[in-house]
Amino acid sequence: MNTATKAALDASGAAPLGARAPVLSLNNIDKVFGRDVVALKGMSLDIQAGDFISLLGPSGCGKSTALRLIADLIHPTSGSIRWQVEKTPGALSVVFQEPSLMPWATVADNVWLPFRLQGKTRTSVKDDIAEALELVGLENFHNAYPRELSGGMKMRVSIARALVTHPRIILMDEPFAALDEITRFKLNNDLLELKSKIGCTVVFVTHSVFESVFLSDRIVVMAARPGRVIRELHVNEPYPRSEEFRTSSEYVAHCRAASDALRDAMEEHA
Amino acid sequence: MTIAEPIAELPQIDEEEAQRARRRRNEKIGSWVLPILVITFSIWIWDRIVVWNELPHYILPGPGRVLEALIEDWAILFDSLLVTLQITFGALAIAVAGGVGLAVLFTQSRWIEMSFFPYAVILQVTPVVSIAPLIFIYVDSRLAGLLICAWIVAFFPILSNTTMGLNSADHNLRDLFKVYGSSRWQRLRFLQLPSALPYFLGGLRIAGGLSLIGAVVAEYVAGTGGIGSGLAFRILEAGYRLNIPRMFAALFLIAMTGVVIYATLSFISHMALRKWHESAIKREA
Repeated sequence: MNTATKAALDASGAAPLGARAPVLSLNNIDKVFGRDVVALKGMSLDIQAGDFISLLGPSGCGKSTALRLIADLIHPTSGSIRWQVEKTPGALSVVFQEPSLMPWATVADNVWLPFRLQGKTRTSVKDDIAEALELVGLENFHNAYPRELSGGMKMRVSIARALVTHPRIILMDEPFAALDEITRFKLNNDLLELKSKIGCTVVFVTHSVFESVFLSDRIVVMAARPGRVIRELHVNEPYPRSEEFRTSSEYVAHCRAASDALRDAMEEHA
Repeated sequence: MTIAEPIAELPQIDEEEAQRARRRRNEKIGSWVLPILVITFSIWIWDRIVVWNELPHYILPGPGRVLEALIEDWAILFDSLLVTLQITFGALAIAVAGGVGLAVLFTQSRWIEMSFFPYAVILQVTPVVSIAPLIFIYVDSRLAGLLICAWIVAFFPILSNTTMGLNSADHNLRDLFKVYGSSRWQRLRFLQLPSALPYFLGGLRIAGGLSLIGAVVAEYVAGTGGIGSGLAFRILEAGYRLNIPRMFAALFLIAMTGVVIYATLSFISHMALRKWHESAIKREA
């Protein structure tokens, strides 16, 4: 990463690793769909700058609901979500399970989208676009159309689009679940590399124990019916984590702990 | 074609691939040659039937006679063709503006859609021949009457297709637009309209043919008009005078017009979508 970028990131408040400044907090959130579908019950979570938090749980545990609440796409039935930093446009970005690119626009135009919606011309942000595409390794694909890219590359574009505004927090909703395992491992590694480069704060929804242990420093294990947090695990392993981490005994221990927590989560309503 | 010849020269292509390539090439040639053979044979049969049965030209004229009429009456027929084209494209233009405009209005407000969509359907399912006489009673201008009739027929496919297209935008992208705090206008301009383009172009292709049909049918209903009359009027007039060759000539022009309109709109559609939409992308085998 060049120095100009670093300066821009510092200015935008993305704290370097280790600094613990609160970004936003969820306080005792309930979300009820219809009359009696309790998607989320009493969820509290403090998100600090630089956190990589995984929401891990079975289907229907409300992890995607939590993400949509944070993104302000739906509103809590009770409880509150408080931003501890100024919430500017582009302070929050989302990566979905599908790449969700605009098929009619080139890669560069897709990445331009968040700025375009702020009324910024493409020339005024062309350095940001180039930088974001370089971060995900697609610097040679500015003028390609999404249909010309593989599934993994499309997901990279989607991540570049999320990074381009230098967000305070990135929400990822099972972004790699639809990819093959080789591509998923590669993107996991690249995501961690990205994290150590720009120190972004990520909330990552997944139902893969291994993915959550490899990526995150905090794992929030959730249970279903009603959706709720049952345990929080800490993966106190230093970043950057290399491919070797996947075969280390620490990794295995963390995976076992997470699996046990997840089994408890499944049993509680079984 | 025998199986042996191309394979020997291209050893790197296996039998199956060679067969596939040959089939593709034959199909490509066939798609041109076969229709031409069929039409040539049909015209020849038509000619023979007329000659062998010594049919008089006021019952069934031979193809030569129709061609003669086309050349001799070209001045009259061409003027009529221009009138028909004028009504067709006028109606199509209004149908596009009205259909897209209404579709946009519908997607902006569920209430407007709920209020008006049933009437759009009623307008569509009522045969235009049964509404046309009423229209010509209340509308003084003959041109305006014809335009209204052709428009009624043409606008519905554009309306329904465009509405569907506007509503078919990727739901994740909708969420993303919301996350970035987009305005209604931005969502329409950058997301919904591009998503609707393939649907709209599909509707346009149907509407192009329908507006020609609408223009012709409306003119049948409107009846005599004298100066500035279209091809349908020429057919009626020639029928009264038992000038059957001219009827055929006018019919031929209408059919050709339809073909040209469809081909043109297909081409426009292909050019607009060729960069990104599945329908316009050629696949390898």
